[in-house]
Amino acid sequence: MKLSGDKLSCVRGGRTLFADLSFGVAAGQALLVMGPNGAGKTTLLRTIAGLLHPAAGRVFMEGGAPDETLSEQCHYVGHPNAIKTSLTVAENAAFWSRFLGNGGADQAALETFGLAALSDIPAGYLSAGQKRRLGLARLLLADRPLWLLDEPTSSLDQAGQETLTTAVNAHLTRGGMVVAATHMPLGFAKARELHLGRMAQAA
Amino acid sequence: MTAFWQLVARDLAIAWREGGAIGITLGFYLIVVAMLPLGLGPDLNLLSRIAPGVLWVALLLAALLSLGRLFETDYEDGSLEVLATGPLPLEAVAAAKSLAHWITTGVPLTVLAPVVGLLLNLPPEGYGVLVATMLAGTPAISFIGAIGAALTLRARRGGVLLALLMLPLFVPTLTFGISSVGAALLGTEAFAPSFMILVAISLASIVLAPLAAAAALRFQLQ
Repeated sequence: MKLSGDKLSCVRGGRTLFADLSFGVAAGQALLVMGPNGAGKTTLLRTIAGLLHPAAGRVFMEGGAPDETLSEQCHYVGHPNAIKTSLTVAENAAFWSRFLGNGGADQAALETFGLAALSDIPAGYLSAGQKRRLGLARLLLADRPLWLLDEPTSSLDQAGQETLTTAVNAHLTRGGMVVAATHMPLGFAKARELHLGRMAQAA
Repeated sequence: MTAFWQLVARDLAIAWREGGAIGITLGFYLIVVAMLPLGLGPDLNLLSRIAPGVLWVALLLAALLSLGRLFETDYEDGSLEVLATGPLPLEAVAAAKSLAHWITTGVPLTVLAPVVGLLLNLPPEGYGVLVATMLAGTPAISFIGAIGAALTLRARRGGVLLALLMLPLFVPTLTFGISSVGAALLGTEAFAPSFMILVAISLASIVLAPLAAAAALRFQLQ
């Protein structure tokens, strides 16, 4: 299985964020997308997730499930956590696990991210870090080969970051792929770096 | 298909938990209809003549109140992006959310309509027809309204824009809803054709409107 970007160009608001960007992520590899604010990290992740159309080039997955689109093979964890504040923590997890996958495993995912004790309280009462943990727990609720993480460690404490690193490394060991936008090294195994924003400086 | 019903069930659970939106919609409907006799005076003949039209127009306005929020919360908390990467096509997501809106808005308003009909001296034989036409017509409001909700998703103060955009599209529903109640009250044979057209409008909008709403959502996510 391999995710490839081929000569991608993205234009936002009339400004070219990146052009002719090519990259490849093989099974078991992580790609850290780095660069200054506004370099197009989120845009790149949203393009891979199929939410944005690139101005030129294409993104494709080789050797994945042939009847599924790239969107359906990825978990996209953006800045907002996709949590319903009026539902309890367990209900939020149960919904995403049944919507995205076959259901089940929600209790295990909540335990992994240290939210099991909070299952019955409405998600609106969670702190920012706990909400982030619940957003990340979605990664474990359905089995998808490609994880797209947009600054996954924002508002996470030290233990939360370690939990994430453990989960990501386990995913990579199983042959999964991770593309993460970040400003700091996340301790992922076999991580390569892709630097955006040089072009903007050169232009 | 399970994903579709999961989404409907989630939206119903949220509407039930938060409660306020349904209460506001019903309260608005009751107040708008109750104001009318105050403005027009106690002429019972006049009131019962205009009752079907007033009940339908007020229902439409009350339903519009909650339409603006249809996709907004999902957009703001990031759920819409995750829904877009899910196994359901966005068309089905739009249909599921429209269906949930109909169950939490169209159905309660239809149930309340005969009660507020009392305030307008609606003739007794009109109640059954009123409920039947509203049950048949309100799905069109939720499904067509979803197009407007998707189009105005990122607009600030989208509610007014939504009303301007969508009210013209509700004219057929309104016309045939009111005319079928009117025809039934007068005992003319025009009831059946009007009612059939009303049902046809609803069925067509259930099939076609999610396509347009999904196209608008795709554009909004760009």
